[in-house]
Amino acid sequence: MSSGDAARKIDSKRIRPMHATISGLEIDECYRAADARGVVGEPGQYPFTRGVYPSMYRGKTWTMRQFAGFGSAADTNARFKYLLAQGGDGLSTAFDMPTLMGYDADHARAEGEVGREGVAVSTIDDMSVLFDGIRLDEVTTSMTVNCSASVLLAMYLVVGERQGCSWEKLGGTIQNDMFKEFIAQKEWICPPEPSLRIVTDMIEFCTREVPRWHPVSISGYHIREAGSTAAQELAFTLADGIGYAQAAVERGLDPDEFGPRLSFFFNVHNDFLEEIAKIRAARRMWARIMRERFGAKTDRACLMRTHAQTSGVSLTAQQPTNNVVRVTVQALAAVLAGVQSLHTNSLDETLALPSQEAVTVALRTQQILAEESGIVNTVDPFGGSYAIEALTDRMEHEAQAYIDRIDAMGGIVRAIELGYPQAEIADAAYSFQQATDGGEYITVGLNGYTMAEDRKLEIMKIDRAIEGEQRARVMAFKAAREPRQVAKLIEGVRSAAVEDRNLMPAVVEAVRGGITVGEISDVYRQVFGVYQDPATI
Amino acid sequence: MSEKVLRILVAKPGLDGHDRGAKIIARALRDAGFEVIYTGLHQTPEMIAETAVQEDVDCVGLSILSGAHMTLFPRVLNLLRTKGAGDVPIFGGGIVPDEDITELKQLGVKEIFTPGASTKQIVEWIRENIQPRA
Repeated sequence: MSSGDAARKIDSKRIRPMHATISGLEIDECYRAADARGVVGEPGQYPFTRGVYPSMYRGKTWTMRQFAGFGSAADTNARFKYLLAQGGDGLSTAFDMPTLMGYDADHARAEGEVGREGVAVSTIDDMSVLFDGIRLDEVTTSMTVNCSASVLLAMYLVVGERQGCSWEKLGGTIQNDMFKEFIAQKEWICPPEPSLRIVTDMIEFCTREVPRWHPVSISGYHIREAGSTAAQELAFTLADGIGYAQAAVERGLDPDEFGPRLSFFFNVHNDFLEEIAKIRAARRMWARIMRERFGAKTDRACLMRTHAQTSGVSLTAQQPTNNVVRVTVQALAAVLAGVQSLHTNSLDETLALPSQEAVTVALRTQQILAEESGIVNTVDPFGGSYAIEALTDRMEHEAQAYIDRIDAMGGIVRAIELGYPQAEIADAAYSFQQATDGGEYITVGLNGYTMAEDRKLEIMKIDRAIEGEQRARVMAFKAAREPRQVAKLIEGVRSAAVEDRNLMPAVVEAVRGGITVGEISDVYRQVFGVYQDPATI
Repeated sequence: MSEKVLRILVAKPGLDGHDRGAKIIARALRDAGFEVIYTGLHQTPEMIAETAVQEDVDCVGLSILSGAHMTLFPRVLNLLRTKGAGDVPIFGGGIVPDEDITELKQLGVKEIFTPGASTKQIVEWIRENIQPRA
C-alpha cells in the first residue's frame, strides 16, 4: 500500500473533512482571540477549566497507576509488587472475564477464560492472596469491575479488616459504572434499572462508611475504545454522571456529600489538541452540572477528578515499537490536560497482555514526562491558547447537544434502553473504519508507511494450567464451608435485594463468611433478571 | 457469482464484551451484499452451533478478544461436526498470537484475521474462499 497520497487528493466522496481531528471535527486554519470565548478562570477555582488544584503538579505529580492483572492472584500480586518497586504509586486491578461477569472459576461459562485477560478472583482467599504483603492503608487501589463490583469492594474491605486497616483508611476507586457497560464495555448481569440501584447502594454505603473510597469511576474510556468520537465520549460520560447523581439525590443523599466521591476516567487518544480540549471541557461542564443542576454548594463537590488512560485501539500490531511514540504523545496530552492519575499502555497490547519489559517502558514514559520534560512546573500551560480555548468551547458545545438530546429522551437509562448511545458509537466506529480502509485517515505502519516485518516481539503467555488449578482451589474452598451457614448468608443478600434495603452490609457479611463472586451474582441474576444484548449491528 | 447470496453468521462466543470489531465486520459484510446474522454477545459455543444450523448459514465468523480462542474455536468446530454441519467453514478475528493461529488452522479454522485487517481484505477473502453450501 502507498502512503497517504490518495488521501490527500480532494474527493467529493470523502467521509471526513480534509483538516479534521481523528473524530472528524473540522479544524480552522488559525484560531484568534474572537474564537475563544469560554470561561477560562483560574486553576483550582470554579468551573475548573484550568485544573482542579491551584498548584497542580507542583504540589504533587499525577499518580502513575498501571492497570495489571493476569493469571492467578499470586501472579498478579508479584506484578503489583514489581510495579510498586519501580516507582508506580497506585495499584490498578484487571480482573478476568468470569470475575467481571460474576461467574466463579468452576462455572461452565468460565471455561477457557480463567486468568486469561485479568486476574481470577472468586473467593475471599483469592482476594487476600492478591494483596498479600501490600498494606491497604499505604496504597490506593483502583479496581476495574462493574456488574460484580459490590462483591469485589466487599472483599477489599474484608481483606483490609484482616490486615488491621479500618475502613476509614482505605482509599481507592472501584469502576462500578454500569451505564457505560450497556453503552460500550458490555459486561453485565441484570438490566439497567436494578444495575443503577446496586450502584446507588454503593454510593450511599461508601459515602457513609468508606469515606476515602470512590464508589464509581464514570468512564468515557470504554465508550471511546468502542469507537465513539471525542465529543460523544465526553457527552455520554457526563450523561452517565448525571444519571448517577440524579439517582443519589433521589435516594436522599446530599450532593455536597456524595459529589466529592464521584471520580471520572477518560481516554486520551491520538488527536493531541482535541484530547486536551475534551478534558478541559469535561471539568467545566461537570462543575456546572453539579452546581446548577444538582445544587452543590461546595467546590469540592463540583470539581472533577479524573484518571486517564492512553488509547488501546490506537496502537498497531504492525511495527509495534512505534506504539511507544503514540503512548508518549497521548500521555503528554493527558498531563497537559491536568489529569490526576494516568495509565500508559504497553507497546505489545495489540498482541497480548503486556510483558514485564513492555510495562516497564510504559511506566518509564510517565516518569520521563514527570522528571525530564519540565511540563510539571507550570499549571495548564495551554490556558489562553486561542486554539485550545476555542476547541474547549467547541467540545462543550458538541457534547451539550448530545446531553440535551438524552435529557429530551428522559435521561440516560431511557436512552440506553432505546439503544441511542450504542447506535451513535457503532456509526462512528464504522465510519472511522471506512476512513481507514479508504486511506482518508492514515495510521503509520497500518495503511501508510508499511513495510515487511520479520522481528517478533516476545509476548506474555498465560499458562493454560492456571485454569485447572484455580478451579480446584475454588471447589476446595466451597467444599470446606458449612452448608447451613452458606445458605443463611446467601439468603441475607437475597432478602436485602428483594426488600430494597442497601445491599452492601449483607454482601460484606456474606463475603466475610466465604460466599463467592459467582454465588452473590447468582442472587442478582435470580432477583433482578439477566440483561440480553439487543444484538443490533 | 450471481446465484445464491451467501449467508454468514457473525458470532461473539464467551464472556468477552468487545463487540466493536464484530459489529463493524457484520456491517461491512452486509454492505458488501451478503446476508448477515449477528448473534449478539456472550454466546456459548452450543448457542452458536445451534444458530448456524437453524439459520442454514454458509460460514461462521467468530470474534474473540479475550484470549479464550483456544477453548472456544475448537468447541464450535466440534459442535458443528456433531450436528452434521462440519462442512460449514469457520473463520475468525481477534487478538490471536501467531502460534495459536497455526494450531487453530490445523484444527480446521479456515482463516484468522488479526488487528489491522481491513474490511476490504475480509470481504475479498470471503468472495474467494466461501461458496454457498449445496
